[in-house]
Amino acid sequence: MWDYSEKVKEHFYNPHNAGAVEDANAVGEVGSLSCGDALLLTLKVEPETNTIIAAGFQTFGCTSAIASSSALTDIIKGMSLDQALTVSNQDIADYLDGLPPEKMHCSVMGREALQAAIANYRGEKWQNDHEEGALICKCFAVDAVMIEQTIRDNNLRTVEDVSNYTKAGGGCSSCHEGIEEILTKVLAEQGESFNPEAVAGEKPKPKPKLTNLQRIKLIEKLLEDIRPNLQRDRGDVELIEVNGKYIYLKMTGACAGCQMAATTLGGIQQHLVEGLGEFVRVLLPIEELQRRAAMRA
Amino acid sequence: MSEGIYLDNNATTMVAPEVVDTMLPFLTEQFGNPSSIHQFGNKVGHALKQARKQVQNLLGAEYESEIIFTSCGTESDSTAILSAIKSQPQRKEIITTVVEHPAILSVCEQLKKEGYTIHYLRVDKKGRLDMNKYERLLSDNVALVSVMWANNETGTLFPVTEMAEMANSAGVLFHTDAVQVIGKLPINLKETCIDMLSLSGHKLHAPKGVGALYLRRGVRFRPLLRGGHQERGRRAGTENSASIVALGKACEMAAESLAYEKTTVKALRDKLEHGILSQVSHCFVTGDPSNRLPHTTNIAFEYIEGEAILFLLNKLGIAASSGSACTSGSLEPSHVMKAMDIPFTAAHGSIRFSLSRYNTPEEIDKVIEAVPPIVAQLRKLSPYWSGTSPVEKEQAFAPSYA
Repeated sequence: MWDYSEKVKEHFYNPHNAGAVEDANAVGEVGSLSCGDALLLTLKVEPETNTIIAAGFQTFGCTSAIASSSALTDIIKGMSLDQALTVSNQDIADYLDGLPPEKMHCSVMGREALQAAIANYRGEKWQNDHEEGALICKCFAVDAVMIEQTIRDNNLRTVEDVSNYTKAGGGCSSCHEGIEEILTKVLAEQGESFNPEAVAGEKPKPKPKLTNLQRIKLIEKLLEDIRPNLQRDRGDVELIEVNGKYIYLKMTGACAGCQMAATTLGGIQQHLVEGLGEFVRVLLPIEELQRRAAMRA
Repeated sequence: MSEGIYLDNNATTMVAPEVVDTMLPFLTEQFGNPSSIHQFGNKVGHALKQARKQVQNLLGAEYESEIIFTSCGTESDSTAILSAIKSQPQRKEIITTVVEHPAILSVCEQLKKEGYTIHYLRVDKKGRLDMNKYERLLSDNVALVSVMWANNETGTLFPVTEMAEMANSAGVLFHTDAVQVIGKLPINLKETCIDMLSLSGHKLHAPKGVGALYLRRGVRFRPLLRGGHQERGRRAGTENSASIVALGKACEMAAESLAYEKTTVKALRDKLEHGILSQVSHCFVTGDPSNRLPHTTNIAFEYIEGEAILFLLNKLGIAASSGSACTSGSLEPSHVMKAMDIPFTAAHGSIRFSLSRYNTPEEIDKVIEAVPPIVAQLRKLSPYWSGTSPVEKEQAFAPSYA
């Protein structure tokens, strides 16, 4: 079963810039043994302007690896090296009208080859810091290595924690067993055991607990950080109520009734979670939800 | 048959038109519950009895009550393994192989977490087992040996009848996942020491959602599903009567075409294989070509990747499958190719062609014609390839691997 965009198929059937560039002065070679992709990127850089005037690729890989390589070379031709370094995996995927989640790593390979080629041109040594493990969350393409590291770095204890930090398990939830296994393994290394009953964000190490007043003040301060962003779009947000881990906000101005409100709320929640160092859930008060439902009706 | 050339019969097969005709009445007028005493149930009950007989004949089982209908090959596998450990709680070891289907491997992985010791027999570069190693592992601690009859990716056959005899002499239960063999090679279970065998309907031109477990009379058994008295209490749940009748018909047809499989289908497979190998350089057959299923060939095309090959074949209407990482959606290359130590530049380019008795010589000619240009097109893009040969050793492409 293949779920590729027409653009991906186009670039696969008739790839652009296939083959090595003659008298290239920048070469990047990267690959991932486990997933069976390898890419050789050759660039011709004009030394006076540091501009990429030609780019060519040779790829060992699947349909989307070849299409991503083709897209990458199209994107970076004519760019300065500094510009090219800002090209993200998402840019490559967007150029192809999207890639299936399990194929996002193909675009990662393209970006790494580019970094390697530019390092090669500048006489620097490129360090590959990208490690790939078995794919656990298929909704958001999160692999085991990423989950393991995030659990270690942030002392995570529950599946909900892992979803909050990595998005893994936040979709269809069928990978929760896999996430629990990773938690069990990492916690065992620290001499602890995984407790399926644990509440997310609860950390056993003692932490100075905020009084209710301090906590609300901190939430207000964190909302102040975001306010300029909302006001730029003629919107705003108002703190209505704090009840344990539930924080009720009212969206005002252009934010009220905005189609993107859910995304905005998600962003605010993330900011509050990070700032407070605990898991909280941001909700709209009931009246707000009812008003929105009425508007949709 | 629908348009296109279907060479992926180890994945699933077309339901034979005669099988469809046989099962349809059981989706319409023959709707009765076979457990019912009245005429509606009675007819269905008789049809199931006939189906059981048809399966028994194909397997060469001694008694028809040795056949238990299940929902699929995976259910048969789980039933066999879990029954063996539940009925022998003092035995805490299982012997299996590294190249089994996930229906076996995943259950074993889970049992390992629950404290069982799993012995995985390794294979050599041609996918063969070390029988001395196997013999040494057999002991009173082993609850079950589970070894597939034929490998689904390469078609390589394991000597399961000998292995069953060895297990039997050591007093150990023996199970085989035979989903790829049934209907392709003649077997006669009553002359073997095999205690349990799994088969799947959709691999032999019956529909999906039906399978069977052969359970030798007298072997201690614990059901996976408990409930009603269906299948003599060994697999509760109202029978999937239409599909069971279909499986019976498919088994009858398979028994009649065993000779055809061994001669004509095999000849088509050999023609395809020779046609490709003689035109394409740097490719080879994986597994053990001298000892394999008659309808399967697995060819590794070096320096290119399997998903890309399949994608281009699919554009021409040709269906096959690959052991590459990208086709699994799991980012892991095939465990069978890894176990045989196939170099990764070849493992990722392995393509399995699995034929059926419905393929024609014309179709095979078209595939022989289609493959070489596809391989050439992808090699042109490959960093491991230059002109008409792999890149020279000295300047070999050696990327920094993550």
